[in-house]
Amino acid sequence: MKPSFTKIATLLAAGLLSTTALAQKNYGPGVSDKEILVGHINPYSGPASAYGTIGRAIAAYFKKVNEEGGVNGRQINMVSYDDGYSPPKTVEMARKLVEQDKVLLIFQPLGTPPNTAIHKYMNAKKVPQLFVATGATKWNDPKKFPWTMGWQPNYQTEARIYAAHILKNKPNAKIAVLYQNDDYGKDYLEGFKAGLGAKAKTMIVKEASYEVTDPTVDSQMAQLQASGADTFFNITTPKFAAQAIRKAWDSGWKPVHYLNNVSASIGTTLRPAGLDKSVGLFTTQYLKDQNDKQWASDPAVVEWTAFMKKYYPEGNLVATENFYGWCVAQTMVQVIKQAGNNLTRENIMKQAASLKDFAPSCLLPGIKINTSASDFAPIESVRLAKFDGKDWVGFGEVMGK
Amino acid sequence: MNRRQLSLLAIVLAAACVLPFLVSEYRTFQFTLVLVYAIALLGLNMLTGYNGQISLGHGAFYAIGAYCAAILMDKYGVPYWATLPVAGAVCLFAGFLFGLPALRLEGLYLALATFALGVSLPQLLKYHHLEQWTGGVQGITITKPDAPAFLAELGITLNQDQWVYFFTLAVMVVMFVFGWNLLRGRIGRAMVAIRDNHVATEAMGVNNAMVKSLTFGVSAMYTGVAGALGAIAIQFVAPDSFNIFLSLTFLIGIVIGGLASIPGAIYGALFIQFVPNIADDISKAAPWAIFGLFLLAFVYAMPAGVAGAIRMALARLQRK
Repeated sequence: MKPSFTKIATLLAAGLLSTTALAQKNYGPGVSDKEILVGHINPYSGPASAYGTIGRAIAAYFKKVNEEGGVNGRQINMVSYDDGYSPPKTVEMARKLVEQDKVLLIFQPLGTPPNTAIHKYMNAKKVPQLFVATGATKWNDPKKFPWTMGWQPNYQTEARIYAAHILKNKPNAKIAVLYQNDDYGKDYLEGFKAGLGAKAKTMIVKEASYEVTDPTVDSQMAQLQASGADTFFNITTPKFAAQAIRKAWDSGWKPVHYLNNVSASIGTTLRPAGLDKSVGLFTTQYLKDQNDKQWASDPAVVEWTAFMKKYYPEGNLVATENFYGWCVAQTMVQVIKQAGNNLTRENIMKQAASLKDFAPSCLLPGIKINTSASDFAPIESVRLAKFDGKDWVGFGEVMGK
Repeated sequence: MNRRQLSLLAIVLAAACVLPFLVSEYRTFQFTLVLVYAIALLGLNMLTGYNGQISLGHGAFYAIGAYCAAILMDKYGVPYWATLPVAGAVCLFAGFLFGLPALRLEGLYLALATFALGVSLPQLLKYHHLEQWTGGVQGITITKPDAPAFLAELGITLNQDQWVYFFTLAVMVVMFVFGWNLLRGRIGRAMVAIRDNHVATEAMGVNNAMVKSLTFGVSAMYTGVAGALGAIAIQFVAPDSFNIFLSLTFLIGIVIGGLASIPGAIYGALFIQFVPNIADDISKAAPWAIFGLFLLAFVYAMPAGVAGAIRMALARLQRK
C-alpha cells in the first residue's frame, strides 16, 4: 500500500506535537502519563529463596502506592523475575527487562555475585541498577559505575563503627578476628583495620579465617582464644556465627564479642547458638526491628503491620526481610517522586544521587539517607545494640555519617 | 544422508543464519545460549544416550570449560576464540581421567560418583589457594568480543550479540559434524554395542575400557567447549553459576530432546532454555511446579523424546 500524502502529513504533525509535549514531560523507556515500568530481579527459587519474600513485600508496597493514586498520577508497575541466585540467569533476566520489557530501571537485584554479573552490562546500557541488596563496598563507585547504587550500610562502614566503639571503651583491647575468607569477610576486615587506624597493628593480636566449605570453626576459635585476646570481632555467616558464639562461651573464653550485622538474626543465629550464651553480644542495626518490644507501639511498626495485613496477608510478620522490603521500596518511591515529570534514566540516577536527609520511619531514629554525585552509599550510619538474652537492645547515639 | 535430509539441513541452517536479523538482541542472546546448550547436550548424549553411562555431574565440566576461557581471557589476555581449544583439551583430559576409575562403577554408582563431582566443584572453585585465578566467590567478569574488523571491511556490520551468535553457530556446526562422523563410524557402533550388551561387545574384540573412558573424555570435551562459549556469551563466571541444578538440567535436556539422537540435543536445548521462562511467566508463585507439569507432559506424550516423536511422525507421513 502506498502511503497517501495526508497520512504522511498527519504523521509529521503528530511527530511535531509529540516533540512539543516532550519539552514539558521528559520520558525515558517504560514511562507514560499513566505508568512507570520498574524491573526487579529476586531469587524466588534456589539457595537464597528465603529472600524471595523481599520481592513480594516490595510488590505489595507498590500495590498500596498505586491504590492510593500512584506517584504524580502514574502507577508503578513492577516486572519481577526469578534468577534463582544464579548469575547467568540474572544476566538473562536483566537483558529481558532492559531490552524486551523496556523498563525504566532495575531495582533491588539481590546478592553480590548476581549483581556483579550485570554490573558492566547495566553501566554500558546506561540503565539504573538501583539500591542493590548487598553490602559490598564496590557499589559505591560513581566514577567507574555511575549507574549502580547500593542501599544498606556497607560492610566497611559497619566495621568502622565497631572499631570506634572499641577505641572509645577499651583503648587497650587485645582483639581477635575471625573472618570468612572471601570478599565479604575481607571487606569487613579492611574497614575494621581502617577504623582502628594506626593502632590496628598492635591491637589486633590474632586473625583467623575459615572457608565456607569448612565444617566447623572450632580449631580457629581455639587459636584465637590461645592468643590471649580479650575482645572478639566475629565476621561470619549465620551457621559459623552460631558455632563461634557457642565455642566462645563453652571454652570459658567469654571475650567482649562483636557480631556482624549479617548474622544478627535471633532466629537463625542466636537461637541455635543458645540465647543464654549470646547475652552481651554487640551488633549494629539500621532498621527498626519489628520483633523488638521497644518498637512494638512505634508508628512505623504499627503502620507496617497494618500494611502487611492488608496487602501481603500471607507474609510472615516475624521475617525482617518483609520489613526491609517495605523500607527499601519507600526509598524507590521517593526517588520517583523527586524526579517529577522528568522521568529519564539520567534524571532517575540524578535524583537517586540527590537524596537529602530522607528519613523514612522504618529506619532507626536519627538515621538519614544522604547521597550526592560522589556519594552513592545511601545508608551510612547504624546504631549499636546489645543482646539481653531476649532482644537486641539499641543503645547510644547513631554512629557514622 | 539422502538428498531430502541434506536440503532440510540446508534450510534449517539458512534459517539459523537469518534468525539474529529478525529478532531483538535479547532474543539473539537467548538463542546463543540454546546453541551453547546444544553442544553440551550432544556431549552428554554421547555418554548417556549412546554409551549408556549416566552422568549427574556434567555441570562440572561445563564449569571447567567456562573457567578456562575466563581465566585465559582475564589473566593472560588470550583472544576469546583461542580459549575454546584449550577448554576442550583440558576437559578431554579431565573427563578421560575421571572416566578411568569411573569405569568400575556401573549405572547408578557412576551416577553417584559424577554427582559427587558436580556437587563439589562449585565449592572447590571458592578454595582460597585457587582464588588468585578463579576470583573466589566474586567470579571473573570478561569483556564481550566485537565482530572482527574484516567483516566490517566486507560491509557486514554485526553487533556483539549477533557476532557471538554466529561464532557459536559456527563452532556448533563443526562440533556436530565431528560428532556425527564419530557416532556413525566404528567407534560410535562400539559405543552403542557396549550400552546394549557389554559382554558380547568384549567378546567381539572391542576394548570396552578404552572406548568407555574415551567416550567420557570426548563427552567432557564437548561440554567444556560449550562452557567456554557460555562464559563468552554471558561475560561472567562465578561458582554460583554452576550448581548441581545445571547438571540435572543437562540430563533433563537430553531425555526430553531424545536419547541417542543428534538433533535431539537441539530440541533439548530449546526446552531447557525456554520452558523455565515460560513456566515463570505462567506462575510466579510456583514456577517449578509448572515446569514439572511440562516435564510430565513431554515424558508422557513423547516417551522417546522430541526427536523420537518427530521421527515417528515422519515415518507415518511416508507410509501414507
